[in-house]
Amino acid sequence: MLPKFAIKAEKVSKLYHLGAGNGADRTLRDVLATSVRRFKPGSKELKAKTDSQFWALENVSFEIQPGEIVGVIGRNGAGKSTLLKILSRITEPTGGRAELFGRIGSLLEVGTGFHPELSGRENIFLNGSILGMANREIARKFDEIVAFAEIEQFIDTPVKRYSSGMYVRLAFAVAAHLEPEILLVDEVLAVGDAAFQKKCMGKMNEVSKAGRTILFVSHNTAALLGLCTRGLLLECGKLTVDGEIESVVHSYLKSLRANALNDLSSFPNREGKGRVRVTSVAFEDKSGNQIENGISGQPLVIKLNYRSTDSKPLPNCRASIAFYDNLGQTLFNCSSELVIRDPVTLSSEGSIRCVIPQLPLSQNHYLLSLFLEVNREIEDWVQQGVELPVVDGDFYGTGRLYPDGWRGKGVLVNHQWIMTS
Amino acid sequence: MSSIELAKKEQLGGIQPGQDAEHLPPHIVIEPRRLLGKADLVELWRYRELFYFLTLRDVKVRYKQTVLGAAWAVLQPLFNMLIFTLIFGRLAKLPSDNIPYPLFAFAGLLPWTFFSNAVGAAGSSLVGNSHLVTKVYFPRLIIPAASVLAVLVDFAFSFGLMVVLMAIYRVPLTINLLMLPYLVLVTVTFAFAVGTWLAALQVKYRDVRYVIPFLIQFWMFATPIIYPTSMLPQQLRPLFALNPMAGLIEAYRVALLGGINHSTFNISSLLLVGGITLTLLIFSAYSFRRMEKMFADVI
Repeated sequence: MLPKFAIKAEKVSKLYHLGAGNGADRTLRDVLATSVRRFKPGSKELKAKTDSQFWALENVSFEIQPGEIVGVIGRNGAGKSTLLKILSRITEPTGGRAELFGRIGSLLEVGTGFHPELSGRENIFLNGSILGMANREIARKFDEIVAFAEIEQFIDTPVKRYSSGMYVRLAFAVAAHLEPEILLVDEVLAVGDAAFQKKCMGKMNEVSKAGRTILFVSHNTAALLGLCTRGLLLECGKLTVDGEIESVVHSYLKSLRANALNDLSSFPNREGKGRVRVTSVAFEDKSGNQIENGISGQPLVIKLNYRSTDSKPLPNCRASIAFYDNLGQTLFNCSSELVIRDPVTLSSEGSIRCVIPQLPLSQNHYLLSLFLEVNREIEDWVQQGVELPVVDGDFYGTGRLYPDGWRGKGVLVNHQWIMTS
Repeated sequence: MSSIELAKKEQLGGIQPGQDAEHLPPHIVIEPRRLLGKADLVELWRYRELFYFLTLRDVKVRYKQTVLGAAWAVLQPLFNMLIFTLIFGRLAKLPSDNIPYPLFAFAGLLPWTFFSNAVGAAGSSLVGNSHLVTKVYFPRLIIPAASVLAVLVDFAFSFGLMVVLMAIYRVPLTINLLMLPYLVLVTVTFAFAVGTWLAALQVKYRDVRYVIPFLIQFWMFATPIIYPTSMLPQQLRPLFALNPMAGLIEAYRVALLGGINHSTFNISSLLLVGGITLTLLIFSAYSFRRMEKMFADVI
């Protein structure tokens, strides 16, 4: 009898201990010190203070049918990777249980266990075996894997002599020939160049058509929309939305916007060293008046206020703003590097402006990512943290508005038609 | 969930394969668990091919890009034997129970080199394979087990050298040789038990990395390798009986070189060594299982 579900999670929870208490570099000396302390009176409070805990996952329950392709989305630290690690049995849940029916293939990275000293041939068998393939299965697919990776003549060369491109191709080729009933994939798989990403997604599509169950973790909304039919939204370790992928992506982007007040000082979804932060964003028209919306075809000035943690000047600065539509698809990027030739030094606090003389966006809501680099180091990267509402304007100077069905799709391009017969 | 319910489920353990694991999709239950059970053994069996490939990897990688290659497996104990013969045999004139000192030393170094290399390799194996531990699932016990087995290949090579030495010195073969399979089994098991426990400990306490070399060195001098057991004062011997390596090495000499000194060797001490090893193996596997669930989080 076939089971009704492929994956069933019931109140899966995971508790992590933070701080020095459980770090990998905890030494015997520390343990001795804490065990001595434990005998002293009043040590309990001390322990509670130093041993801070947090729930990476809290009572997450869902059921996935065989053949479903489900995207798991959420911000950094929402528990996506923890969920994947629990389902792939890398780490155990603190509470709750999960059941899976089928052979599991989990791809948290490509090339896990590749050994640089071993040849391509040896690594195919080792890596395949690590990913859960049977020996004869690997032997059967061996030629196919080698052909897919396009490394025939280097098959007996140690992989440490491979170019990085060859290495990744081989690693992906092995992973691509995995044929589990349940595939758990992390977005780290989508690293590499654009061609490789495309190959990845193509293979995932192929796999999904073969009727396998896929759980795909990502915060790349475009990839999720293209691949998945259903989505799970994780927020702070809790499953908040479970439904059609479109509505889940909408909820996710909305949850980002909820935090995207123009005040960014405590916006969480950001990366970078953080010595310099964008503190707030304002939109201005050409005369410097603050505005709420951008207007199609009109000038738009985006003002970024920033502050550094110290008072030193900031050498070699680069800023960029990336524009996304309301489904998170990338539209275009405005980078200071493209338009300013010489290195820029900024004072430790102030504001910078990006001027778009003729806003090429139709009426809709857009998302912006902000990026700030000082001396070749990423200081702040606010990911899709700012919302830009745009209202219709006379982009083409003809008084005509962009057609309804095209609104919010792509960008507006200035153009002409020669129509004389 | 009440603690009783939880305990019940823990007993069920992880994998519950269907009637025909090859054809029906496997049924996997993930939940917190603690006990060492039959399920763990079934799981180990299912991953036997990975065990084979990891062992193969360790063997292949060890002597890659060396000129002499696998010859090092023989040269290491050979050089040790020569040095020991020179210093302890010739200069310090340590007794060797009327056996030529090189033969005496090598019969001890053969199991000892295996043991120390296996404990060293297995002890660092989990941390050395942290990229696997954090990215893929398989029974973690395979990692130290593969390290030990890979070292066993070296043991086989140096055993060949032992045979050559025995031929050179014209050592007669005796019925004592029949003990050998038991001795090798116990030595491997003992090295695995010690190495596995140290490996699990090292995941959390990196101090273990620095402790292992000293432990091995001290242990070597506490084991009759360069000196015969007969040199030990009578009152210390019960203490040495607790060191399985002492009993094992004495037994290797008896098995390989023949002749039984009944004051230092008897069958009951050999059984005691087996008993200690088995106890340690159970303790080691249990504590490994207990610590295993935090490996991926802590490593």
